[in-house]
Amino acid sequence: MQTFTFSRATDPTTAIAAHAEDPHLAFIAGGTDLIGLMKDHVALPQHVLDINSLPDMSRIEALPDGGLRIGALARMNDVAADVEVRRRFPVITESLLFAASGQIRNMASMGGNIMQRTRCAYFRDEDDLPCNKRRPGSGCAARDGLNRLHAIFGWSDECVATNPSDLAVALAALDANVIVQGPEGQRSITFTQFQRLPGNTPDHDNVLERGDLIISIEVPQRIEGRASHYLKVRDRQSYEFALVSTAAAVAMDGGRILSARLAMGGVAHKPWRLTAAEAALRGMSLDDIDALKKAIGLSFIDARPLAQNGFKVELGQRVALRALQDAGGRA
Amino acid sequence: MGQSSPLMEGAPPFEGIGGHTKNMKVSMTVNGADREITVEPRMALLDALRDELGLTGPKKACDRGECGACTVLIEGRRVLSCMTLAVMHDGQRITTIEGLEHDTRLNAVQEAFIEHDGFQCGFCTSGQIMSAVAMIEEAKAGWPSAATEDVTRPFSLKDLSAAEIRERMSGNLCRCSCYPNIVDAVTEATQRS
Repeated sequence: MQTFTFSRATDPTTAIAAHAEDPHLAFIAGGTDLIGLMKDHVALPQHVLDINSLPDMSRIEALPDGGLRIGALARMNDVAADVEVRRRFPVITESLLFAASGQIRNMASMGGNIMQRTRCAYFRDEDDLPCNKRRPGSGCAARDGLNRLHAIFGWSDECVATNPSDLAVALAALDANVIVQGPEGQRSITFTQFQRLPGNTPDHDNVLERGDLIISIEVPQRIEGRASHYLKVRDRQSYEFALVSTAAAVAMDGGRILSARLAMGGVAHKPWRLTAAEAALRGMSLDDIDALKKAIGLSFIDARPLAQNGFKVELGQRVALRALQDAGGRA
Repeated sequence: MGQSSPLMEGAPPFEGIGGHTKNMKVSMTVNGADREITVEPRMALLDALRDELGLTGPKKACDRGECGACTVLIEGRRVLSCMTLAVMHDGQRITTIEGLEHDTRLNAVQEAFIEHDGFQCGFCTSGQIMSAVAMIEEAKAGWPSAATEDVTRPFSLKDLSAAEIRERMSGNLCRCSCYPNIVDAVTEATQRS
């Protein structure tokens, strides 16, 4: 690991000003992604600013509308175990518990989780292979290389990486908001607009700018929240990133779907909302498998698998269907 | 970088990129004793424990947060000491496997690992035991896991099945594959606690 200077932030304003001024400064919270990136020489900060002492940023509290505000420094395991999170938004708890290991979940923060970088092997490789995300302009080794784990939606020739966060998939399904404080003040970013598609600037994972600090994640009250579920399919049963996952949340009216929310992980550079399927599912019965399959299929018409990940098109539709039915079982 | 650094991992040092950084003082309570060390900011807690404090119980295996051999407790919570910096833990309470024994009596998890033959080469064992000690406390506190049937319901220690233990211990790899005996040991320790 390269050398760097280290200090502790005591108030957000100073931390934000320091981050805005110094392009070589990195915030550290849990450190479980950043330290790995530093060990692999992917991240090379010259100054590391510890934000763990910033006040009031690890609380989980109720919003007036019945939603929840989760502080950016709250740890994954504390959020997953929170009784209100479990009761109101089980999909959030499940997305957290199906990620990483018990030790990592005790360390990793909510803000850091949605900032974690892709697990694309070329991005993290020590051999300086082409990667536009790591070294803009160097090319994409995965485009025609080992791409079994890569995107089937929204990729570009410059980058075919996927976002590894399970939590992000749940937050996208629920249309949560990321509360960010920058040099100009606070703003709220809808989760589906927070992370971005690679286009020709894959080095930018999200829309944050220098000097932006994630303060909290707000999950508005959702009628679909209680009947929600996260389903993750991976190469091994535990402690592994997703091949394909789905966050599903559903509200029922009698035996019919009043509204459904579906987002997928492991298929794109950001959580992928199945908007066409959501619209088509309205009014359907959860027992009408053929109709449900057809509705979900509408969101896969524009799937563009790579040489090695064609299986994700079929697997994705099956996972979405099962997640939807399991979520409906909670209604 | 002029001084001897136990952190160089074979690769040449990145002279000049980060520049020389001053060492920092860190005070921690380690296994009940107040300890003060002076380390580079880039030193992982694991390296500080092993190389500065001589506590070689926590093991350096993958050094990337994948194997769990470096598991220690910070303020009673299990963490990976390879994935956190020593300077981030000034003023905190650290427990390593060396601190589990009380009045020459082994911890219940340690005893159960011996009784159930929960190891072969032993390299992962201290991490397995530290992880299990804290995992049992997590279960007592009612934390659910990915193996929990319904996370919306309360969880209690009696729900800690073999499947639950396997899932909750999945961050600790054993290349000798002693998993069945590890699960038996943790089950027994849970019943005793």
